[in-house]
Amino acid sequence: MRNVFLITTTLAFGLLINLEAHAGAVDSLQLEYQSQGAGSFSATSGEQMWKRRYLHKKSGKQRSCQTCHGKELTRSGKHARTGKVIEPLAVSANSERLTDIKFMKKWFKRNCKWTIGRECSAQEKGDFLEYLKGL
Amino acid sequence: MKVKTLVKVVTGTLLLSGSLVANGDGGGGVAPVNNELYVEECGTCHFVYQPGLLPERSWRKLMAGLEDHFGENAELDEVDRQKIEGYLSGNAGDHSSYKRSKKLMRSIRSGDTPLRITEIPYLAKEHREVPKGALKHEKIRSLSNCDACHRTASKGNFGERGIDIPGYGKWDD
Repeated sequence: MRNVFLITTTLAFGLLINLEAHAGAVDSLQLEYQSQGAGSFSATSGEQMWKRRYLHKKSGKQRSCQTCHGKELTRSGKHARTGKVIEPLAVSANSERLTDIKFMKKWFKRNCKWTIGRECSAQEKGDFLEYLKGL
Repeated sequence: MKVKTLVKVVTGTLLLSGSLVANGDGGGGVAPVNNELYVEECGTCHFVYQPGLLPERSWRKLMAGLEDHFGENAELDEVDRQKIEGYLSGNAGDHSSYKRSKKLMRSIRSGDTPLRITEIPYLAKEHREVPKGALKHEKIRSLSNCDACHRTASKGNFGERGIDIPGYGKWDD
């Protein structure tokens, strides 16, 4: 009985820490974006921008976040050129996601430039996060 | 008893010297990677190319152009970028005494600064016999995926005995 209690407590605690780490990183990043001038964040705007297609002039092809992340964010994606497997972005499918601020900043920078051709604004990045954390 | 001991010692010495040849300076390969940051930052996307596969001038140029890294954006924060450039340049092929590095470096003309390892003349020559069409295999896709066929590539060993081409099989010369 005591064992059951211990296991349950440990599991619950583990889950809590996980959620904390997760909420912690996303929340602090969103606060940082607000300190840079962003307003409140909208999951709908994030989703719209996530699914929008942008013309890449050099290749003449359309690019979107979905090009590599895939259409189902609870499943893995595949890099358009290298075929590298991209782990699911949805936190519900991958608890490691959105827990590392440095990692998020690095990939926002790279992927906004690759997809849209410029860095994303503080507002846009906050909107993306708002969309992703609800998945 | 004494003979048995002697046999053990001799066998042990032979085994030891064998492993030294395989791993150490003077072996057939390139020096293995020993930098965690480099593995973490670059190996997330592709094979962790040993620094001894390109000359210093190539690594410097490559690390100065991460915004367009063969069509991908691979920008790093400046601190990490400098650390990795330092590691790659300091251990570059033109500073290495490993045989495979020396062969690669000797084949590059002094005025050239190759960015693609696959375009180094020695490497291109060594891959001339790769069967046509073999690279189209889903697991290979490009000559740049070293470890798709060279099973010991991550240890810096590109010897023929370690070759196993997906869809084709082991390499028998």
